[in-house]
Amino acid sequence: MENVRRVLSVIVINEEAVLSRISGLFAGRGYNIDSLTVAPVPNTEFSRLTIVTSGNKRVLEQIVKQLHKLIPTYKVIESEEFVEKEMALVKIPLNEDFNGLDAMLKAYNGTIASSGENFVVVMVADDAKRIDNFLKAIKKYNPTDMVRGGSVALDV
Amino acid sequence: MELNGSQMVVEALAKENVSVVFGYPGGAIMNVYDEVYKQDHFQHILVKHEQAAIHAADGYARSSGEVGVAFVTSGPGFTNAVTGLATAYMDSIPMVVISGQVPITMIGTDAFQEIDAVGISRPCVKHNYLVKDAKDLPRVLKEAFYIARSGRPGPVHVDIPKDVTAQVAKFHYPENITMQTYKPTYKGNVRQIKKAVDAIANSKRPVLYIGGGAINSNAAEQVREFAKITGIPAVETLMARGVMGDENPLLLGMLGMHGCYSANMAMSEADLMIAFGPRFDDRVTGKLSEFAKHAKIIHVDIDPSSIGKIVDIDYPIVGDLKNVVEGMLPLAKEKINPTKYKSWRDLLNRYNEIHPLKYDDSETILKPQWVIERVGELLDDKAFISTDVGQHQMWTAQFYPFSFPRQFVTSGGLGTMGFGLPAAMGVKKANPEKISINFTGDGSILMNVQELMTAVEFDMPVINIILNNKFLGMVRQWQTFFYDKRYSSTDIEVQPDFVKLVESFGGVGYRVTTKDEFDKALQDAIDSDKVAFIDVQVDRLENVLPMVPAGGTLYNMMLEYKE
Repeated sequence: MENVRRVLSVIVINEEAVLSRISGLFAGRGYNIDSLTVAPVPNTEFSRLTIVTSGNKRVLEQIVKQLHKLIPTYKVIESEEFVEKEMALVKIPLNEDFNGLDAMLKAYNGTIASSGENFVVVMVADDAKRIDNFLKAIKKYNPTDMVRGGSVALDV
Repeated sequence: MELNGSQMVVEALAKENVSVVFGYPGGAIMNVYDEVYKQDHFQHILVKHEQAAIHAADGYARSSGEVGVAFVTSGPGFTNAVTGLATAYMDSIPMVVISGQVPITMIGTDAFQEIDAVGISRPCVKHNYLVKDAKDLPRVLKEAFYIARSGRPGPVHVDIPKDVTAQVAKFHYPENITMQTYKPTYKGNVRQIKKAVDAIANSKRPVLYIGGGAINSNAAEQVREFAKITGIPAVETLMARGVMGDENPLLLGMLGMHGCYSANMAMSEADLMIAFGPRFDDRVTGKLSEFAKHAKIIHVDIDPSSIGKIVDIDYPIVGDLKNVVEGMLPLAKEKINPTKYKSWRDLLNRYNEIHPLKYDDSETILKPQWVIERVGELLDDKAFISTDVGQHQMWTAQFYPFSFPRQFVTSGGLGTMGFGLPAAMGVKKANPEKISINFTGDGSILMNVQELMTAVEFDMPVINIILNNKFLGMVRQWQTFFYDKRYSSTDIEVQPDFVKLVESFGGVGYRVTTKDEFDKALQDAIDSDKVAFIDVQVDRLENVLPMVPAGGTLYNMMLEYKE
C-alpha cells in the first residue's frame, strides 16, 4: 500500500494534557507527524489541531479511528477539501542585494515583517508545497534563519 | 453537602455500589485511607504489593462483570501498579484505579515519591485524570466509572494530589452523565445487519469467530442461540473460552497458535467469517496473508478502531454485540436453514476426529494435561479457573471443560506472569460460593507469591495448582523447537519447598507425584477451606501442541514434535 499525505483537523476539549494524549498516540503507534499546529477555538471550550500526517490507507484509517477513540476528541475532520495554508519567517542580512525580493514576496503572499539595522525578516503565507518552493528560492539571499509554522486548514 | 476530597472518594464509591477495594496505603493517599477507616460501605483488602491490588481488582471485574477498584499511593505505589493497568487495558477490563499524588504545590519539583503518574499511565489505560481541584472530583469519579464500564470497557486511572484529598468543596454526585465527546455506539446499523445476514444465508462454509467482546457484552446467551438456529460451527479465542460452553456440539474449540486443528482448519477453509467481538490478535491469525484467505468477513465490535485494524472487513458492524446479535436473530431464523451447513459441519468434525486435542498419558509420571482434565472432571462448573502465563495457561485453555462465560480468568493480551494468584483472590471475593482455582507454573507463582499472606488474612482460599516442570516451560519449549535446545536461563531446578512455603503463610501444601495423590490433595485442599498449594511434579519436557509457529499459517500446524 502506497503512502499518501493527509491533512486532519481535530477538534478536542481544550484541557490539560490533551496534546500529550495526541502526540503520545502518534508516537506509541508509530504514526508520522509531518506538522502539527494547535490553538483554542474562540469562545468555546475546544481547541483545533491541524495535523499533517502520512501513511498507507490502513494506517490513515487507524489514525482517524484512534483519534476519535480518545475521550476528549469531539470531532475528526478528514475532508479532501481543505483550504490549507502555512506561514514561514525568514531572516536575511541587510548586506544582501534585494533585487527581485519584492516580486518574490508578492508571489507568495508575503511581506516584510520586521527590519533592523542589520537584517530584515520576511513573512509568507501560502500552501505547504509553495512554502517549500519559497524556502528554496529565498536561499539566494543567504538567509541566516528561517522557521515554518506548520499547516493550518479549514474544510470547505 | 460539603466534603473533603477523601470523603468524596468514599462517597462516590458508595454511590457506585463498590463492595470491595484492593489497595496499599502510603504518604500521598493517607487522607483517603483515614476516611476508609471511618466508613463501612466497602471492605478494603490490604495486599502485599500494588501490582497484586490491580490484578485482584481485575479478577474481581472479570469474574463478576462489575468495575474493579484499587487504591495505591504516589511514586513507587503507582509504578508498581502499571503492569496491572496494562494487563487490564489489553483485555478491556473495567476498573477504576485511584492513586495518591504529591500536593499540587510540589508537582514538578521532583518531590519525595513524586512521579508523573498520568504521563506513565496514558498509553495503558482507557482514560486518566489528574484532579487539580476537589470541586471536580464528583464529576471525575462519575466519569471514571462510566468510562470504565461503557463502550469497550477498560481501566481508568484517577490521580489525586494530597492537598486535593484534604480540600473541602461542594459534593453533588451526578445521577446521570452525558459526555459530549464520548458516546459509544450500542445499536448496530440495521442495514448493515441485514446485509450481514444475507451474506451468511448465501455462504456455504461459514464460521463463527468469537472473541472476548462476547463476554464483555454479556452476549453468550445470544451467541449460543445464534449458533443453534443457524447451525454454524464456532471457534473461540482464549478470551472467549466459556462463551459457547464446551458441551456445545457446534463448538470446535479454541483457535490460533495453540488452537485445535479443526478450529484452525475451519478458519482456513471458511468462505465467510462471522467475527463476534474478537480483535484478530497475531496469536490467532498467524501469517496474515494466509489467514482465512477464502473468507469474506463480518466483524461486529463496539470499538470502531478494532474493525479493519489488522485485516480488511467486508461487513463492518459497530455496536454492542448483544444488541447486534439480537438484531440478527429474527432475520437469521427467517433466512438461514441450519441443515444447509451439515456437510461443512461433518467435514470439520471429521478433522477433529483425525486430529483431536490429545496427549500421551502415562502411568509413571503425571502429565500436566491430565491434571487439568482431572480438575475439570471433579469440579467442572463448581469452580472459577484463573491462570498465570505460559504452558499451563495454554493447557488450561485446551483441556478444562469451560461451561459458562467469565469462568476462565486469564491474562490474554499482555500475558502477565504473576497475574493468577491475585486474580484468583479477586475471583473468590466476587464469587464466594464457588471454588477459585489458579493453575500456575513454578515460574509464574513466584512472581506474586507474597499474596499468600493476603489470601490468608482476608480468607480467600484460592487453590493454586502448580504444574511444576522445573522449567520456564513455554520459553523452554521454543528453545527446544527453534533454538537447538540451548536452554538459556529457563532451567529453574533450584526451587523453594512449595509445601513449607505455603505453610509458613498459614495455608496448606501438598506435593504430589501420582494421580491418587493428586485427587486426595485436591479434595483435602477444598475441605481445608484454606489457601493451598498443590505442587504437582509433572513431566518436565511436555510440549504444548498443536502449534502454529510464530508467523506460520493456521492450516499448517505442528501436530507432533519428534526428536
